[in-house]
Amino acid sequence: MDIMHVMITPLTLMGVMGLIFGVLLAIASIVFRVHQDNRISLIRAALPGANCGGCGYPGCDGYASGVVNDGASVNKCSVGGSAVAQRIAEIMGVEAGEHVPVRSFLRCKGTCEASPRQLVYDGIDDCRSAVTIPGGSPNSCPFGCVGLGTCTKVCVFGAITMGDDGLPHVDLNKCVGCGTCVAVCPKAMLTLVPVTADVIVACNSHWKGTMVKDVCSAGCIGCTLCAKKCPKQAITIDHDLAVIDQSKCIKCGLCAKVCPAKCIKVGESVKVIEKSA
Amino acid sequence: MTLTELFLLFLSSIFVHNILLSRFLGCCPFMGVSSKLKTAQGMGAAVVFVIVLASLMTWLTYNYLLVPLHLEYLYTLSFILVIAALVQFVELALKKLNPVLYKSLGIFLPLITTNCAVLGVAVLNMNEGYGLAAALVNALGSSLGFLLAISLMAGIRERIEENEGIPDCLQGLPMALITAGLMSIAFMGFTGIIK
Repeated sequence: MDIMHVMITPLTLMGVMGLIFGVLLAIASIVFRVHQDNRISLIRAALPGANCGGCGYPGCDGYASGVVNDGASVNKCSVGGSAVAQRIAEIMGVEAGEHVPVRSFLRCKGTCEASPRQLVYDGIDDCRSAVTIPGGSPNSCPFGCVGLGTCTKVCVFGAITMGDDGLPHVDLNKCVGCGTCVAVCPKAMLTLVPVTADVIVACNSHWKGTMVKDVCSAGCIGCTLCAKKCPKQAITIDHDLAVIDQSKCIKCGLCAKVCPAKCIKVGESVKVIEKSA
Repeated sequence: MTLTELFLLFLSSIFVHNILLSRFLGCCPFMGVSSKLKTAQGMGAAVVFVIVLASLMTWLTYNYLLVPLHLEYLYTLSFILVIAALVQFVELALKKLNPVLYKSLGIFLPLITTNCAVLGVAVLNMNEGYGLAAALVNALGSSLGFLLAISLMAGIRERIEENEGIPDCLQGLPMALITAGLMSIAFMGFTGIIK
């Protein structure tokens, strides 16, 4: 009798309850089955499955249903690029359209050498923590890269590594432009740029020239030399920082040559033009 | 319980014993999903829905299963079982029968399976020895209190986001925690209005 009350009854009760609920849920899942559009599973199969969230949807499943149900455009997946966009377009029966892939770009050249680290930050090893100290950064330049490598930790593609110079380096072959590092960077140092953009100002400082020179030898001082040199007037100075309008830029590379701080980065396509000229 | 007593219970469960600001149950979504007013209201609506349903089911389980079998000590286990199964069932049914409501409740419905506010209200109903009517009124009041508190919090946080005068080290969650503390103190003002 005692065993009955202490052991058997509770075990039976919980077992029966669990069984009943299990059976009920199993029945419910059949009765209330919602017929899913099979294009969703087709698109899901075509997606790379990185679940990076670069498309703006929570994971690949979210994007697949977004394409079918919410009419999201088919070329949002930056990991798969144009090949995946083409597949999704076929499934949906629409045109894929022009797709310019984007890549992550670090807008800072403040290496340990160019911008000496004057403060030893001893807090939590994360940029997002380091920027909460007074002054906004452990480094002298409050606009520059903090250099604790939070972006390297969040990149699921292993495209960002910390260099010995104190700055993260983006491996353009591995980077898919998902934007995770852009979202996590507390200084907005990383931006997404089209892979066709090859002349970019690698500085984020809006300080006056003299103040920039005090803290960094590779910072934009707003001297306007590049803006004057540019044959297409593609460069404007926004609060002592040069900004290149990529739609006007012809990748001649003249601005990078005259820049006294050498903070305008040029890529491969510019060098090709220089050689052929 | 008379109708007056039920009405007083309703009011006191919203204001005096607010589930978030006085009982401190279900604080996780109070911080987690209170940054936008719209999502906060979605969460609040889902909580109202689930708490009322779960209170009904757990009250029946307790009074018609556990008490007759003298197994009252199994209440935590069986309540969790009932709540989890119920939420799953409701999710399946809603998906089919009312896709609009299912979409507006969204991800919050499965999330609140494990919300301690749901279990908390069920346990409160049991501890206070409420009848079915009182249990349901208490559940409705408590969950409306949750909706009220999380909506207020989201409204305040949306405004705080615009405020650039807040020191860097207090922006975001620290400021939200301080706000929650002040709101809790403000709700203490209701103490004593209803005995």
